[in-house]
Amino acid sequence: MILPYFIIIPLLAAFLITLFSREKDYWSITVSTIASATMLVLSIVCFITLKGETFIYNLSGWKIPFTICLVRDSLSCFMIVIIQLISFTSLLFSVNYIRHISSSWKYYSLFMFLVAGMNGVVSTGDIFNLFVFMEIALFAAYALVSYGGKAFEFEAAFKYAVIGSISSTLILVGIGITYSATSSLTLAHIAQVLPQKPDILVWVGVLFLVGFGIKAAIMPFHAWLPDAHSSAPAPISSMLSGVLIKALGIYVLIRLFFNVFGAPPVFMNIFMVLGAASIIIASFLAIGQWDMKRLLAYSSISQIGFILLALGISTKLAILGAVFHIFNHAIFKSLLFYNAGSIEMAIGTRDLREMGNLKSVLPVTYSTSLIGTLSVSGLPPFNGFFSKLIIIVACVQAGYITYATIAIIGSLLTLAYFLKVQRYAFHGDKLFDVSEKSIGGGMKFAMLFLALLCVVTGVLLIPALRQSMLDPIVDTIFNKTEYIKLVLGSL
Amino acid sequence: MKSQEGMTIIVKTVTRISVWLIFVYGIYIIFHGHLTPGGGFGGGVIIALGFLNVFLAYGKEYIKKWLNIGLLHDLEATSAILFVGIGIIGIAMTGGFLANFLSKGTLFRLFSAGTIPLLNILIGAKVGVALFLVVWSLSLFHIDEGGEQ
Repeated sequence: MILPYFIIIPLLAAFLITLFSREKDYWSITVSTIASATMLVLSIVCFITLKGETFIYNLSGWKIPFTICLVRDSLSCFMIVIIQLISFTSLLFSVNYIRHISSSWKYYSLFMFLVAGMNGVVSTGDIFNLFVFMEIALFAAYALVSYGGKAFEFEAAFKYAVIGSISSTLILVGIGITYSATSSLTLAHIAQVLPQKPDILVWVGVLFLVGFGIKAAIMPFHAWLPDAHSSAPAPISSMLSGVLIKALGIYVLIRLFFNVFGAPPVFMNIFMVLGAASIIIASFLAIGQWDMKRLLAYSSISQIGFILLALGISTKLAILGAVFHIFNHAIFKSLLFYNAGSIEMAIGTRDLREMGNLKSVLPVTYSTSLIGTLSVSGLPPFNGFFSKLIIIVACVQAGYITYATIAIIGSLLTLAYFLKVQRYAFHGDKLFDVSEKSIGGGMKFAMLFLALLCVVTGVLLIPALRQSMLDPIVDTIFNKTEYIKLVLGSL
Repeated sequence: MKSQEGMTIIVKTVTRISVWLIFVYGIYIIFHGHLTPGGGFGGGVIIALGFLNVFLAYGKEYIKKWLNIGLLHDLEATSAILFVGIGIIGIAMTGGFLANFLSKGTLFRLFSAGTIPLLNILIGAKVGVALFLVVWSLSLFHIDEGGEQ
């Protein structure tokens, strides 16, 4: 069984790095890269060989009510692929980038804990286990946000830690109430019992919505994100924006509200309202930003809004759009954070007003950021276009013309603030005496690889590929409580 | 920064005697984790508090001479690796991560319950050292007044 290795490998790598690393960082880079590459290959194998089935892995050989189980279905495999993909490219990007902050092994060890935590969250079938893995990922994230060691980074990490702890407390209270009502921590068992107790379901639903909403940085709960994501080192920003808010936020919301609670309409309406609010308000906030990474962070909130809106509509087409947008957003937002990181490394600033005409001195960064910009703004033929188009079409089909309009306006605003980035960062008449040689090969490879993915992943919508890749994931979400039968039936 | 001299002679004397009792109690809790309340985490915390007791009573310089901090770091990482290792042996022997592969022995005997006492000892070592090292690291940390912003 392949699933526990996604937790074992990064944990083992993290501890081996701690044990054997000394002054230099070669050992830590080697171990973490090997671990990450292995997991990337394993995750792709795991996803391709699944064929829409559901497998259960019982830890320590006990049966389900007494053990923690890991669930391998299309949704969890899909999230695992995204996590491994972004963490591998982030690691390649980190090698050169982190050396200009420090050459310590601690970064790589924490990075592996972050990956282990996220892998654990998306693969577990036990709600308390999910909480534990979430805390592992978050503690690593708090430390990594403050890795640069400057005052504003500590401030951002502290803010993140405080708001993160509040949300974790709410989630823990929710888990406690769930356990007292259902006498079980296994998600499938909870899914059997909880819908028969609608009063408790509402309480628990609100607690989880706020708790995991804070992790996902949905609009009224977003206050920590712009600080944390802009202060972190660039590869960590891309991990946080690209996968952490999805693994800890959106994935858990999908798992709980669709597979466990059976998508109650009242929450679906709340999803739509919050999603629409996130799209519009975060877009307007992004337009006003001059800090490039802060602008990208607000853009993340806005894109998460698109995903949430599509989930709220919860037709099959909308869920397809949401799933595809999760994948696409991970790719292009990570790419754009890499671009911001390489600019920061080359000219030492994130302020758009101090940049200009970088297209001549940083050609790789410029070309990849152009692809990223066009993808995130939803221009054909890049991947972002297809997912946004599906979401908007799904809105219209389901009769939500207002929401469709909001999504279109949000998309146009996205184009507006990314054109601002292009205009101020890459065009203009300033002259910088830098060259792209200062940016390492790993960084360039990471950017080019993700830019390539932005161009080619649109093919996932070709019917043959869609049926084998995306449709099983959509079915897992759309069939809601089919999850109970699949998990408890495959014992 | 001025080196810390520790507390008064009364505290030092009491600590000199009591710290060994604390350690023994912590080890007892760890070793009886599968029989009585407590276990690796609880016992580990008691051991960490024993270290902190010495730290508070005698000060930072004494701890530097008394303990090999590098070795404690290694012990912490090793115990975690061994924990994962026992889990992997479980996969190899019986197919489940952390599954028991040793004889379960007689109920209520010290040497019983398969791999659980081993795991308790490893967790005890990890927690005991790690909690002390957290406080130790915080004591080494200097706050830079008036940073960049």
